Amino acid sequence: MSVAAPEERDGGAIRARGLSKRFGSLTAVDHVDLDVPAKHVYGFLGPNGSGKSTTIRMLCGLLTPSEGEIEVLGLQVPAQADELRTRIGYMTQRFSLFEDLTVRENLEFLAAIHDLPRERARARVDELIGEYDFADRQKQLAGTMSGGQKQRLALAGAVIHRPELLFLDEPTSAVDPESRRDFWEKLFELTDAGTTILVSTHLMDEAERCHRIAILDHGRLVADGTPAELEAALAGRTLLVHARDPRRAQQRITGIEGVLSVAQIGNALRVLVEKDRDAADRIREALQAVDREAGVEPVDPDLEDVFVSATAHGARERKHAA
Amino acid sequence: MKARRLGAIMLKELRQLRRDRVTLAMIVMVPVMQLVLFGYAINFNLRGLDAGIADQANTSASRALVMDMLATGVVKPALAVQTPQQLMEALRRGQISVGIAIPPDFEQRRAGGRTVAQILVDGSDSSVLGAASQLAQTPVDSSAPDTRAPLRSTPASGPISVVGFYNPQRRTAVNIVPGLIGIILTMTMVMFTSIAIVRERERGNMELLIATPLTSGELMIGKVLPYAGIGLIQTTLVLLLGVWLFDVPIRGEVLGVYVAAVLLILANLALGLMISTRAQSQFQSMQLTMFLFLPSILLSGFVFPFAGMPKIAQWLAEVLPLTHFLRLIRGVMLRGAGLSEMWIEVLALIAFIVVVMGVAISRFRKRLD
Ligand SMILES: Nc1ncnc2c1ncn2[C@@H]1O[C@H](COP(=O)(O)OP(=O)(O)O)[C@@H](O)[C@H]1O
Ligand SMILES: [Mg+2]
Repeated sequence: MSVAAPEERDGGAIRARGLSKRFGSLTAVDHVDLDVPAKHVYGFLGPNGSGKSTTIRMLCGLLTPSEGEIEVLGLQVPAQADELRTRIGYMTQRFSLFEDLTVRENLEFLAAIHDLPRERARARVDELIGEYDFADRQKQLAGTMSGGQKQRLALAGAVIHRPELLFLDEPTSAVDPESRRDFWEKLFELTDAGTTILVSTHLMDEAERCHRIAILDHGRLVADGTPAELEAALAGRTLLVHARDPRRAQQRITGIEGVLSVAQIGNALRVLVEKDRDAADRIREALQAVDREAGVEPVDPDLEDVFVSATAHGARERKHAA
Repeated sequence: MKARRLGAIMLKELRQLRRDRVTLAMIVMVPVMQLVLFGYAINFNLRGLDAGIADQANTSASRALVMDMLATGVVKPALAVQTPQQLMEALRRGQISVGIAIPPDFEQRRAGGRTVAQILVDGSDSSVLGAASQLAQTPVDSSAPDTRAPLRSTPASGPISVVGFYNPQRRTAVNIVPGLIGIILTMTMVMFTSIAIVRERERGNMELLIATPLTSGELMIGKVLPYAGIGLIQTTLVLLLGVWLFDVPIRGEVLGVYVAAVLLILANLALGLMISTRAQSQFQSMQLTMFLFLPSILLSGFVFPFAGMPKIAQWLAEVLPLTHFLRLIRGVMLRGAGLSEMWIEVLALIAFIVVVMGVAISRFRKRLD
């Protein structure tokens, strides 16, 4: 493993400015500015189609940006993409190892492609097979494995050359919760060893585990920071509403000025309001007119609230435009 | 270009191939089936073909000749007419497949050792043509010993001449087998390579590969070389079967045959790569393969004689690798020519390989857009 260059230690592993990608008339990524610090797990949170994969592909040099500048590990992308390829690992959203090769054959192939000398390659493949729990599956065809096993194999393949920077595109989408937990253990082991990880997800609980996250919505970066920072910024804007008839109450609340979203959670309603204390009072008034026992109390914001709040602005704009 | 990476790609390709039963079966079955079907279609011992007879001499010797022909069982009498013209009309109508015409001056011709009879054949059906050539071996003097030489090495130019209509070039298995090597290689090599690359794009493997330090050249060459080996196996198969089943001669050097095969294989692999840079799905690459395959079959001189084609078709044919290969392989196998005598064809194939391969590699982007 190479020692990180000073600018990487201080500054970031990735820096992008005004990054845009258009496919015909569709703007998949829209002027994204990004700073990913080294040795962190950095999360890309966004719904399907928000531009996560497109951004990652541009950062690896697989897609040419329509606009903007990218610097990854001190290299200009896409100009120096060839050099970059020896220093990054990329796990595609779709399983992209060879289904008709065995676990061992897949790893041997990747080791050779990354120029590991024969002796070192064998040792490294053995090491990964042990570490990623494939000892009794070495000869199993990759295509016959479960979602969790495939994803573990894909990660092993992506780190075979000990890259400084790992791009993981929705790595846990086809995986059960237990495998997901194990997978994240592996990610933190990697960052402990000095690897920077950029991981995309549409799952809140995964985003919660990241050191920092960026929220993407319709190609725009609508928020970034640590999960705690982002949640703290919403303090006082999340309410829990109890009512006899939550569905009826939801209809009443939805129209009230300053209310961004209302979601039913069991028998209660979780309400996100704009930065404006009066909204809570207006909700209370509206409800008590029909239901004396209705109660409104503040709760701690979570990432879902952060996400809704960050994307609400754009959603309203699009509604206006339509 | 690093040998280690090139080797890794080739090894991977071979390992995948080993598990791909369908492709493995195709590698062997395509040549065997084509050879057997084509070969026997030409050489098939047809029996009971409807024959028209115009015996204008009507002497005892001419009648004996006709009886001898009928005795072979290849033809049976279906029509007796007065003139060769009537035979040709019957042929055109499809009423008969073979016409036997014996001119009025049969006896003088026989005495003078000239051609004594004509067999008119519907040459559009090559198996009939083959059968008719057999009739032509009928000894004119029935008392003479039967010294029939094997059909393929004796051109039908004895006392009985065969005239094929609608197919001026007489083809036999001898002529077909060398060409068949070219046809089989053209079909399978283009298809295998174009599919091998497009399949990786379809399955998503390509995104993994282009994100690694692998270069375009390593990827493309590593992918096609195993197929070159397969092409040589197919060539060997066709040669062995051709010699064994049809006594096809190899008059030139075997090395020359293989050099010609390697050139055609590389040309077709390059073409397959070129297709793969364009095609988005395996289905598309099949379509493109067929699109290129048809002109190869029709224009190369395999089906229609080259000299009889219009100028523009000839120019087009000069661009096709199969055209040059056919000239080479027929030269080497049938006429015993050396490669150095046919350097123009060799050069044409090399030029094709260099240009197409270069274009394919430069068109292949390590990008998704
Ligand atoms: N190659 C492409 N051509 C055209 N449109 C594309 C292409 N790749 C992605 N898109 C579009 O760009 C948008 C963002 O896609 P993507 O980056 O895959 O989103 P995500 O990974 O967040 O689900 C989507 O609307 C998608 O349809
Ligand atoms: Mg995606």
